[in-house]
Amino acid sequence: MKRRLLTGNGAAAWAARLAGVDYVPAFPITPQTEIIESLANWIDRGEMPGRLVTLESEHSMLTAAGAAAATGVRVFSATSSQGLLYAMEMLYTVSGWRAPFVLVNVSRGLSSPITLEPDHNDILAARDSGFLQIHCATCQEVLDSVLLAYRLGEDNRVRLPVLVNMDGFYLSFTREPVEVPEAEAVAAFLPSFQAGEIRFRASAPESQAVAVLGGGPYSYFRYETHLAARIAIQVYDELADVFEQSFGRRHAAVECYRCEDADYLFVMIGSFATKARAAVDSLREAGWSIGLLRPRLFRPFPEAQVRRLLAGRRAVAVIDQNLSFGAGGVLYAELAAALYGEKAAPPVLASFVGGLGGRDIPPEEFYEIARLIRDAAERGETPPPRLLYTEAELRETRKLQAIAKVERAGLGAKS
Amino acid sequence: MFRIRFHGRGGQGMKTASRILGTAFFLEGYEVQDAPRYGAERRGAPIFAFVRADRRPIQERGIIRQADLVVVADDSLVPVPAADVLAGCDANTVLLINSFQSAEVWRQRLNLQGPILTLPAMEDVEDRAELPYVGAACAGAAAGLSGVIGQTSLEQAIAEELGHLGAAVIAANLERASNAFQSLSEQAGLVKPGRTFSAEGWQTPDWIELPFEQADVSAPAIHAGLTSEAIKTGAWRTMRPLVDYARCNRCWWVCSTFCPDGAIRVDEERYPQIDYDHCKGCLICVAQCPPHAISAVAEHLAAEGVES
Repeated sequence: MKRRLLTGNGAAAWAARLAGVDYVPAFPITPQTEIIESLANWIDRGEMPGRLVTLESEHSMLTAAGAAAATGVRVFSATSSQGLLYAMEMLYTVSGWRAPFVLVNVSRGLSSPITLEPDHNDILAARDSGFLQIHCATCQEVLDSVLLAYRLGEDNRVRLPVLVNMDGFYLSFTREPVEVPEAEAVAAFLPSFQAGEIRFRASAPESQAVAVLGGGPYSYFRYETHLAARIAIQVYDELADVFEQSFGRRHAAVECYRCEDADYLFVMIGSFATKARAAVDSLREAGWSIGLLRPRLFRPFPEAQVRRLLAGRRAVAVIDQNLSFGAGGVLYAELAAALYGEKAAPPVLASFVGGLGGRDIPPEEFYEIARLIRDAAERGETPPPRLLYTEAELRETRKLQAIAKVERAGLGAKS
Repeated sequence: MFRIRFHGRGGQGMKTASRILGTAFFLEGYEVQDAPRYGAERRGAPIFAFVRADRRPIQERGIIRQADLVVVADDSLVPVPAADVLAGCDANTVLLINSFQSAEVWRQRLNLQGPILTLPAMEDVEDRAELPYVGAACAGAAAGLSGVIGQTSLEQAIAEELGHLGAAVIAANLERASNAFQSLSEQAGLVKPGRTFSAEGWQTPDWIELPFEQADVSAPAIHAGLTSEAIKTGAWRTMRPLVDYARCNRCWWVCSTFCPDGAIRVDEERYPQIDYDHCKGCLICVAQCPPHAISAVAEHLAAEGVES
């Protein structure tokens, strides 16, 4: 196994190469483009078999991915942000075909206003699409999760497409040491796709879920997709064991970092969670009893594991890198729903929103969040949701507003 | 942990510099993280790249706010607010500037507590084709200042990172990187790792409760025309196009049409007038002008009134 420096994009491309994908429908978008550039180079130079086709949009790209997957070949694609949203109609559609493939999403904040840097509103917009979702915190996890995603999606009990998510810039453009497994080891873990009944052929057309159905049969198919996604929790846990035996790395559905004895927990998804790990290390050194809980599997949501791991804590801070306008953090709502009615649920579950559009969350903000939930636990009272924002940031924004000449009358008194 | 930031302009090879240094640390057995950061990419725009290197796995991510070493490939970036070259510089930060001014001048200008060095390996860059070599020199200098990277690892890193560009490019970069590395040999180890974040006491974030504001203020609308004129993108320029009006054909359209930034206006006499507040120095006009009436001069020379 060779350890080398790879970006998250490079890790995703290597995973697709090692998975021996047959077909890659592609459309470029920052910060995902390096993935398809790498695959295109390898295929062009004959270093990798398979076919890469550039489509005219992400909507067509997803249609091609789903249609190819329905023929029983192994399909890979990647997108980001507005591209994922443009493909959204087909995301919902192809998951209903029950033909597995892997789609990597490189998270980038959504318009408007526009940004290139990451948050999770793009991937969470696909939450209810029928795609399973794995969220990565490191470049190594990107490579490993794509391999896991093929086994998971292709499992006969599941047969659903899988989204593997990484944060733009923080993973996509960041190189770190990644163990690239040997092709033989990957082939042993992930043999070629045994498509079985998945056998759509243009030369022998048959219907692919296009009949117009009433509520009864319609509900049946939707429920079955739901039940397959639920089974995927158990399948994932089995695969995490097999993966660990094969490669020596464990990627649990829910990471629990230094949290066995912790009174307080941060909860986050994605690469900013490694910043939370660093904060946990510093706080532990200063005598705090604190840890990090990080769901990697987000769909299906492993609520039994989350419940078990949160039980008995004094206070929990959920840091959402997304915002559902008019409601709040999406992860927070999911956790609150999972915990409702649990006897051992932590008495304080506090919501923080930050990291939108790549906005940094520095160490002192993690420390301050820890202090807030500790104080809240002592008072026995959950603080209101907090939108992380500093006075310095508002001053910077005021400067931009001055250049844009917004209505100054409304600004004068407050700035 | 070593935390190192490279600042430069798009096209000067700062991403490559960070990769060379990252690979060199990796070859020395360090855990490494390297990454570039930029907005909508454009040649000449301020960008930065950074490297973290530690003996233990690295959990930190994203921009380095307080660096042990800040390398500035282009001294015209220092006064550009968007470049934020001096962010987090304190007494423990070594500042290395590629500049025609002396370190003493920069010490007086900036009033920083930490050591300031100038990059001596870079001679006068007049040819734009030379600009990317600044990156190799910056990487070599940073490797030298760290005191933990051997010349063998530096050379192997350059060969690995630039291998796809061919032997001649590798050789040219090796020479500049080695010169910079060796010229700083007396300062080897000046940059020290070890800044740690402690939760024993921290500066409370200056969080605010963001106030509700009416949409006439809070909608992301621009209420006035020509606001992009207020941003002097001419500050991105490293080479200045100069029109020799004696040679100009007064064709009235070639240079102004090709200018991707609309920075060339043709006056009533059909002579082109370049808006230097917004010309980014891409030199497309130089390449396109049929009678070769537009030349290019290094910006710092042009600013001093020296014409080549």
